[in-house]
Amino acid sequence: MSWIDIGAIEDIPLRGARKIKTALGCVAIFRTGEQEIFAASNLCPHKGGPLSEGIIHDQSVTCPLHNWVFDLNTGQAQGEDGSISTFPVEIRDDRIWLDSTELAKRSAA
Amino acid sequence: MKQKLVVIGAGMASGRAIEHLVETAPDAFEITLFNAEKRGNYNRIMLSPVLSGEKAYADIVTHDEGWYAAHGVHCRFGEHVVGIDPEMKVVVGENGHMPYDKLIIATGSAPFIIPVPGRDLPGVITYRDLDDTNAMISAAEKGGKAVVVGGGLLGLEAAAGLAERGMEVTVVHLMGHLMERQLDEAAGYLLRGDLESRGITIRTQASTKAIVGDGRAEAVLLEGDETLPADLVVMAVGIRPETRLATDAGLEVARGIEVNAQMQTSDPDIFAVGECVEFDGNLFGLVAPLYDQAKVLARTLMGEEDAFVVKDTATKLKVTGCDLFSAGDFADGEGREDIVLRDPSRGIYKRLVIQDDRLIGAVMYGDTADGNWFFQLIKDGTEIEEMRETLIFGPSFQGGDTADPLSAVAALSRDAEICGCNGICKGTIVDAIEGGASDLGMVRAATKASASCGTCTGLVEQLLQVTLGDDFEMPAAQPICTCCDLTHEDVRRLIKSKELKSQDAVWQELGWKTRNGCHVCRPAVNFYLLADWPLEYRDDPQSRFVNERKHANIQKDGTFSVVPRMWGGITNPTELRAIADAAEKYDVPTVKVTGGQRIDLLGVKGEDLPFIWADLNKVGLVSGHAYSKGLRTVKTCVGTDHCRFGTQDSTGLGIKLEQVLWGSWTPHKVKLGVSGCPRNCAEATCKDIGIICVDSGYQISVAGAAGMDLKETEALGVADTEQEAIDLTIAFVQLYRENAKYLDRAYKWVAKVGLDWVKARVVNDLDERARLIEAFELSQSIYRRDPWADQTKAAAAFQPLADLTLEAAE
Repeated sequence: MSWIDIGAIEDIPLRGARKIKTALGCVAIFRTGEQEIFAASNLCPHKGGPLSEGIIHDQSVTCPLHNWVFDLNTGQAQGEDGSISTFPVEIRDDRIWLDSTELAKRSAA
Repeated sequence: MKQKLVVIGAGMASGRAIEHLVETAPDAFEITLFNAEKRGNYNRIMLSPVLSGEKAYADIVTHDEGWYAAHGVHCRFGEHVVGIDPEMKVVVGENGHMPYDKLIIATGSAPFIIPVPGRDLPGVITYRDLDDTNAMISAAEKGGKAVVVGGGLLGLEAAAGLAERGMEVTVVHLMGHLMERQLDEAAGYLLRGDLESRGITIRTQASTKAIVGDGRAEAVLLEGDETLPADLVVMAVGIRPETRLATDAGLEVARGIEVNAQMQTSDPDIFAVGECVEFDGNLFGLVAPLYDQAKVLARTLMGEEDAFVVKDTATKLKVTGCDLFSAGDFADGEGREDIVLRDPSRGIYKRLVIQDDRLIGAVMYGDTADGNWFFQLIKDGTEIEEMRETLIFGPSFQGGDTADPLSAVAALSRDAEICGCNGICKGTIVDAIEGGASDLGMVRAATKASASCGTCTGLVEQLLQVTLGDDFEMPAAQPICTCCDLTHEDVRRLIKSKELKSQDAVWQELGWKTRNGCHVCRPAVNFYLLADWPLEYRDDPQSRFVNERKHANIQKDGTFSVVPRMWGGITNPTELRAIADAAEKYDVPTVKVTGGQRIDLLGVKGEDLPFIWADLNKVGLVSGHAYSKGLRTVKTCVGTDHCRFGTQDSTGLGIKLEQVLWGSWTPHKVKLGVSGCPRNCAEATCKDIGIICVDSGYQISVAGAAGMDLKETEALGVADTEQEAIDLTIAFVQLYRENAKYLDRAYKWVAKVGLDWVKARVVNDLDERARLIEAFELSQSIYRRDPWADQTKAAAAFQPLADLTLEAAE
C-alpha cells in the first residue's frame, strides 16, 4: 500500500468530481456524499468522454458525451459492455487519500 | 334560414349539446351562449384535482371562447340572464334582449346551504365552481383550520384537497358513516380510516347548529354545544336544481324543471338539460346521464328521433390514494345475498349483492380494478349462477386460468361500457382503433372515451394494446424516468402546490426511489425548483449537464467552445481585437461565425476557460450562453439605421430584448429574431419568438422551429409600441418558464397547451401579463449576470486536483 494525500474533501463540490493527472492518464475523484468518495478512470471506454464532467447520482456517474452510466463501486457500465478501472480511495480527517499501488503496478507493467 | 338558438348556462351538459350541434349541423342554428361565470365550459368533475393541486385550471377546460369563436357561437360570458319571456320568445340579459326560436335552459344546480345562523358570514363558502375552488385555494394559503360540513362525495374531495394544501381539516357529517348514499358501513369505515391517516378528523352523527364569529366565520357550533374552531367553513351538503328562471317564466317545475324524454319543457320551444332538470321523478348529478341528455337534446333539435332513458350509474371518488367504487343497489333486503371479500391488511373490501341469480349492487374499496366489469353485469342483468363461486375475484378468474390484466379487457363484450362519463362502449373504441386511432389522444378525439374524468384511461390503453398488439407502445403518462412514478407535469404541479423548495423535499415528498435522482430527472427538477422559487432555491451546478456547469460547450474531444455575447449581433473593433488576441493566446484551432450572429472559438482546453473568459471580460464581452437551456441569441437586421426598407429600429429592439432576457434559465433554449420589415431578413418567423416590424407597430409571433422540426411561427399579437412588444415577449417567456416540461421547446409546449390558452394570459389578461413580467424580473434579479465573471474567481476549480505524474512511477 502506498497512500498519497491528494487534496481536501471540500475542494470537490458535493455530487461533483475533480480529475487528477497520473502517469496512466487522468483519474477522476467523485464525491457522491458529504463523506463518501470514489476514484476511477476519467476516460469513458465508449468514446473517451471525461467522466469527471458527468452528472453524479447516488454512487454512479453518467458520461457527458453519450450518457453511459457507471457504477462507481464496480466500474461496470449499466446495460453496456464496458467498464472503467476503480482505485482505492478514502477520507482521513477531511483529506482525500488515494492508494497509488495500483497505478504504480500498471505503469510498471 | 338559420334558426336562432339561445343557450343559458355553459356547463358540461350544454357544452356537450352545442358540440354535437356544431359538429353535425354547423349551419342549422345561429347560437348565442349566456354564462354567468366569466369563462367558458370546464370539466366540473375535475375541480377536486385542481383543488388538491394535481391539475391546473387549463387542464380541465373543455370549451373556451376560442373554441366557440372557431365554431361561430356568439358568447355572452359574465352576463346574468334576468328573465325569459316565452310569449315574445325573448331572453332578457343584463346587457340587452336576445330573441330566440329555440331556447335551452342549462342553469345547472346551486349548492344547498343549510339554514343555520351565521351561514352568510365571510369565510363560509360552498364547493361548486372554479371561483369556489380558487377561494378555497387562497384560503388554504393562509393555513389554519377548516371545517367541511357534509361527508358526501363533494365534501370529502374538498376535505382531501384542503388537507393536501396544508390545512387542518374536520369533516362534520350528519349520518352514521361517510358517503352513505354510495357506500355501505364497512366501506365507509375503511374510507374513514384512510382519510384519518391523512390527518383529517371525521365527526359522524354530528349536526351543525350554527356558524359563529365576529365579522367572519371563526367556529362551527355543533348540536350538544361543542365548538370546532374554523378559519374556513365549506358547505358541501348537497345541491338543488337551479330553477328560478324557469319558474319565473311559468314553466312546469317540480324539484327540477320538468322535461319529457326529448328534454322538452312544458313550452315546446324551450328545452332544458343537465342538473337543472327533473325527468320522471329523477334528478341528475353525475356526468354520464347529463351527456346522454345532451346527445338526445342535440338530436331532437336536428329533427331526429331519440329518447332519454334513466340508467344505473356508478360512482368513483376522486381522491388520490382512496380507491372506491359503488354501483347499483346494495341495501340489505329480503331475498338478497351478499358475497364479501375482506383483506384488512391490504385495506381491501369487496361486497357484491345478489338477487335472483343476478348481481344488483357492488361496493368496492381498495381495489376497484374490476368495477366496470361488475357494473356491466349489473346493467346487463347477467345470470351469474355458473360463475358465482369465483365471481368476487373478477373477470380474470372466469373461464380462464390467466391472471393477465389484458385478458380481462379482452374478455369484455363489445357493448361493455368503458367510459362511463361519455357512455362509450368497447365496440365503439375498438372500431375507432381499427379505423386508425393508434394512440390515446386519437381515441379521445374520435370517441371522447376517457376525455372527461379520465379514470378509464388505463382501460382505453389496454384496449389499444389488445387491439393493436405489438404495434402499440404504452404512451401518455410516462414518468420522468425510473427514479419516480410521476410525469413531468405532475412534478411541476406538486412542486408548486406542495411548495417544495429543495431537491431533498422533492425526493422525500414525491417518493423518489433513488438517493438523489439521475442524469435524466435531476436537471429537470433543478430547473422546476429555480423557476418556481427563484429566491428560495439556488441553481445547483451539479444538477446541470456539463455545458451548463462549465458555461461552455463540450466538444467530442473533451475541449470546449467559447462564444461571447454580441448584443443583437452588433460588435466593434475593440471586441473583435480582443477575440482575435484570445484566439492566438490560447491556440484556438477554429474560429467560426455562428448562425446567431456571433463568433465561436472552438477547441479551448478546460483548464484555460477561466483565463480566456477573464481576457474577454476585460473589454466587456460576457457569456453568450451558447450552451444553456436559456436565452441564446436575438438575431436582428439593420432596420431603420441603414436599410431603405426598414420601418422600425429592429436592431435597437433586439438589443433591448437581449439585455432584458439574458441569463434567464428556461425549459429549453430560446432564440429570438427581430426583422425591420416584412422582408424578414432576420428570419424571425422560424424562431421561438419572432418580431416583424411594420409601419404601424410590431407583429409578435411565437412557437416557430427550424431544427429537427420545421415550423413557421404563429401570431401572438400586435404591439403598438416598442415597450408593449418587449412586455409581450417577456410575458410569453415567463409563461413558458412556469409551465413547460423541461426540454420542450416553446413550439412543443404551445402545441400542448394551445395558442389560445397562451394568448388569454399573455395578450388579453392584462393583470396576468403584469404578474408574469413581475415574476420574470424577480427571477432575473438573481440570474441576470455574467457567469463567466463569477467563474474566473474560482479558476482553481478548473485545474486538476493534483498532479501525480511525477510520483506514480515510484
